[in-house]
Amino acid sequence: MYTASKAVVEFRKTVSWRVAVFIILACLAMAGIVFSLVSGAVQVGIIEIVDVFTGQQDGSVRDIIWNIRFPRTLVAALVGVNLSLAGALLQGIMRNAMADPHIIGVSSGAGLFGIAVLVLFPAYGYLMTPAAFLGALGSAVLIYALAWQNGVRPGRIILAGVAVSAFFGSGISALLTFYSDRVDGALLFLVGGLSAKSWPHLQLVLPYTIAGTLFALLSAQRMNILMLGDADAKGLGLHVERTRLWVTAAAALLSASAVSVVGLLGFVGMIVPHAARLLVGSDYRILLPAAALLGIAVLTIFDTLARIIFPPVELPVGIIMGALGAPFFLYLLRKRGMHE
Amino acid sequence: MIRTEQLTVKYRGHAVLDQINVLFEQGLVHSILGPNGCGKSTLLKTLSRQLKGESGAVYVDGKEVKDWGTKSFARHLAILSQVQERSIDIRVHDLVSYGRFPHKGWMQKLDDEDIKVVQNALELTGMASLANRNVQELSGGERQRARIAMAIAQQPKLLLLDEPTTYLDLCHQLEILELARHLNRVQKMTIVMVLHDLNHALSYSDRITVMKNGSIYSHGAPCEVVNEEMLREVFHVEACVEKLDVDGSLFIKSMKLLLDKRRLMG
Repeated sequence: MYTASKAVVEFRKTVSWRVAVFIILACLAMAGIVFSLVSGAVQVGIIEIVDVFTGQQDGSVRDIIWNIRFPRTLVAALVGVNLSLAGALLQGIMRNAMADPHIIGVSSGAGLFGIAVLVLFPAYGYLMTPAAFLGALGSAVLIYALAWQNGVRPGRIILAGVAVSAFFGSGISALLTFYSDRVDGALLFLVGGLSAKSWPHLQLVLPYTIAGTLFALLSAQRMNILMLGDADAKGLGLHVERTRLWVTAAAALLSASAVSVVGLLGFVGMIVPHAARLLVGSDYRILLPAAALLGIAVLTIFDTLARIIFPPVELPVGIIMGALGAPFFLYLLRKRGMHE
Repeated sequence: MIRTEQLTVKYRGHAVLDQINVLFEQGLVHSILGPNGCGKSTLLKTLSRQLKGESGAVYVDGKEVKDWGTKSFARHLAILSQVQERSIDIRVHDLVSYGRFPHKGWMQKLDDEDIKVVQNALELTGMASLANRNVQELSGGERQRARIAMAIAQQPKLLLLDEPTTYLDLCHQLEILELARHLNRVQKMTIVMVLHDLNHALSYSDRITVMKNGSIYSHGAPCEVVNEEMLREVFHVEACVEKLDVDGSLFIKSMKLLLDKRRLMG
């Protein structure tokens, strides 16, 4: 599935390289968080931020950091983790480097169910994430079933995903058209963005991030075995179908919780795991934590850029991710085309 | 020991295996021979639980395969499926250590004993010097040896090999067959393999099973099974089977298509 140049393969197999990559990724994630905290319409110095956290700072700076930027940054970080892990898991399950919750329609399934709860049963808002989870799981299973024909072929997954995505997408558009008065920020939801995300959103997504991350890390070795192919995995005593179902559920949960907070944010789940794979290789025990850290860095940095690039207009981060992600998708498609 | 009882496997309504009764005795090297599409691979897949039979039963060491736990079955029997072209981006050492998966609980780490088993498997297959290489960089023969090393690391009592020599050059073919014999003689593994080359089967097997159209044509020691009549009826070739003077083992000296078969193809 992946071919890296020989020099890269030689170099990154060393343990010290992996340790170095983890340190760099952790620094990058921290840098992204700090960058997000200091940047914006009001520039806040790092010392002032430290003061805010130690309770020595009051007034407007404290409000900006504590009530606006800090929770938003944390939401960005968690969403980055969720989408990256979901992407890494789906890429393994579907055996396709281009599988991303957004592209293969898991996000739109989650979005349709989530929005349906939001506009049709506004009193049950707390059911949004569970509903989005059902939508995500449903669309993952649907895509898998549609693409299944004596095994799963990468190309068919993408095509089935496009169809499923279009189907659920038109459902979302229909709901947003009929109930435009009930959904504020419909455009933001469709593109995917983090504006005005705060503590309640953090509370919403945090439990799923923790559960999903734990499950993903616990399944890492099983994912490795699964990557050998169904025949070898069965021969090694892995419950192949059961593992695939559980991991798909975990990926669906991770993407659904992200979707219910930031909307249909695409390409994070494709770019981040792919970049992580190039850096550390395909061993899921290393790949998953690397992808999670990189996800934090990517989403915090790009969300901050989206905020400050055209002041006073704040772009939804989904626009940036799309502008970067679509060419990347085409690059992967061409590269794969040459190998097959 | 593997035994089947009236085993029938169907694919799209058509019986690929038809009421097969066969016994692969403990401690021997068995080869399954037969023309393409006779059901050899299907038999191997059914023996290893990759496929389910329509009716009948498969017993591995006296216990029906469906009654085995998934992991305990994998500790008992390993299968090397046919070569897949798709390869993954991991180190040889990691691949071989996956062979320890059925011996480990959820999240249990490899201990010294496991590492020793993995190292031993790498050495047996001559892969120790390539342990840090990426599987993607290996040649076909090396990749096959790496996969066999993974199967050895499973420490099975029974090892099933589905066309282990396909795509390999002659030297690597013999290496694999020597390795199979070594595993049998030294590690006391029972080997069941599907082979294409009749002479390989003759020189490396204790028992040969010949299949034709989803049924067992004959089963027994090489000298009982391989003869000119069998080659004519099963493989449609006119051949001359001779006895080697050195050790009295058989080899097939010449082969040519039967005339009616040639006309069919023309």
